[in-house]
Amino acid sequence: MKGVLATDRRGVRELGAEELVGWDEVTQGVVLNSFDIELENVAHIPPEERPYSDFNSYTATVASWRVIKPVYNRDICIDCQNCWVWCPDTSIISRDKQMLGIDYDHCKGCGVCVEVCPTNPKSLLMFAEAEDPEAALAKWPEKKKKEKK
Amino acid sequence: MAITSIKNLKEFSTVNERFEGAHLLCPGCAHSMIVRELMNATDDNLVIATNTGCLEVSTAVYPYTSWDTSWIHIGFENAATAAAGAEAMYKARKRKGTLKDPDAPVKFVAFGGDGSTYDIGFQWLSGAVERGHDFTYICLDNENYANTGGQRSSATPIGAHTTTAQAGRVSYGKKQKKKDMVAIMAAHGAPYVAQLAPNKWKIMAKGFQKALETEGPCFINTVSACTTEWKFDPKDTIHITDLATDTLMFPIYEIIDGHELNILYRPKNVLPVEEYLAAQGRYKHLFKPENKHVIEKIQKDINDFWEYLQRREEARV
Ligand SMILES: Cc1ncc(C[n+]2csc(CCOP(=O)(O)OP(=O)(O)O)c2C)c(N)n1
Ligand code: SF4
Ligand code: SF4
Ligand code: SF4
Ligand SMILES: [Mg+2]
Repeated sequence: MKGVLATDRRGVRELGAEELVGWDEVTQGVVLNSFDIELENVAHIPPEERPYSDFNSYTATVASWRVIKPVYNRDICIDCQNCWVWCPDTSIISRDKQMLGIDYDHCKGCGVCVEVCPTNPKSLLMFAEAEDPEAALAKWPEKKKKEKK
Repeated sequence: MAITSIKNLKEFSTVNERFEGAHLLCPGCAHSMIVRELMNATDDNLVIATNTGCLEVSTAVYPYTSWDTSWIHIGFENAATAAAGAEAMYKARKRKGTLKDPDAPVKFVAFGGDGSTYDIGFQWLSGAVERGHDFTYICLDNENYANTGGQRSSATPIGAHTTTAQAGRVSYGKKQKKKDMVAIMAAHGAPYVAQLAPNKWKIMAKGFQKALETEGPCFINTVSACTTEWKFDPKDTIHITDLATDTLMFPIYEIIDGHELNILYRPKNVLPVEEYLAAQGRYKHLFKPENKHVIEKIQKDINDFWEYLQRREEARV
């Protein structure tokens, strides 16, 4: 019988290699460790200080999904955190009640953050992926008189 | 239990997230908004079971995991079973004194889609709730089997187009009404049952905290707008969810101990259901003259159900 061996540490065994193994030798399930060491109270460790393992999707990127990207304008932002609570991709970096910017490794460019931003003009706007951030800021619109629905 | 402050969004935003990016859910998917909020609502240790569906296939794509907590993937029917099993094992080991840190606070959570919750995993959910395990079951209700291409489920509302209940010359889409899963779970006598929505972040976070704090099995149905199968622009997920709650298509309420019903959100300005339907491609066909009666029926069902909820709330029975 042919089976694919999988282990809980990448590299310990050759993964994806097809070997002839018995039915009772096939690994039952796979365990992926999110961190390189055993951690307690992850909720008390800020992301910057976590020993993320290579298995953690935090170490991966989906930046290539984007055709448009949000650009952040600190000057107008009121740190309301609307963008933070509704970003589906954990890509709004907020620390100590302040919005710091966008995590472009994980942002997919959905545009939700722009829609929920309450300032006038908005503190987040979508631009072409290739747009230079400085150039984008230079193009920022003026305050709108009254938004017509 | 250690709960996160949800007094306002600024305080809430100081939590250390345990749901990581670079998962593969569609841009704008509400599943991850809901999951993030659940995980951010507490800093207790979490043991989470997730059965097959968009959430599971997108957050555990080998060799990656997006979960910074104990997380189990299990077959389509068994989110409740896995969470219940882990909870029972934990209790037994606590009794036997074989836990490394018996005082560490742990919460058991199961996530299932509507396909698995309303249909295929229904009896296992029912069993786990009847046995009284101490866990919280959260249904990510996007009203279809999204992961396999958008088939109808018993959570799909009447009139919606799905790949197995198509709208066309002879049909207006699904013909049957959505199953009232919240009532069914309340009828189990579960101590806390609710229907919540991510646009109302504070109500949702409060509900999650209540469920996590409550001993015994809790069930929460969350509306999870699906940009791909509902057919709307990814940027509009929250806007669509606003329309869902403000047309009362998705009323927000809780039922405590199987009987005490509280409405948690009353829209100041209740919108006609057309506004919600018109914003999504899956209801496009309802605006043909021959399908006008379907919209009328949907509106009437909404009105009747709202009336029912208000009377239940008033009656306190
Ligand atoms: C017993 C069984 N039947 C069918 C499938 C195929 N399947 C995988 S995911 C899925 C749809 C899941 O729908 P839902 O539970 O609503 O979750 P969603 O993807 O919509 O979030 C189906 C039918 C399966 N994995 N196992
Ligand atoms: S565009 Fe979408 S993924 Fe990117 S930061 Fe905004 S809400 Fe998050
Ligand atoms: S939603 Fe807008 S104003 Fe609020 S924190 Fe985000 S960028 Fe700033
Ligand atoms: S198909 Fe729907 S539920 Fe599935 S990932 Fe995409 S938006 Fe989310
Ligand atoms: Mg579904």
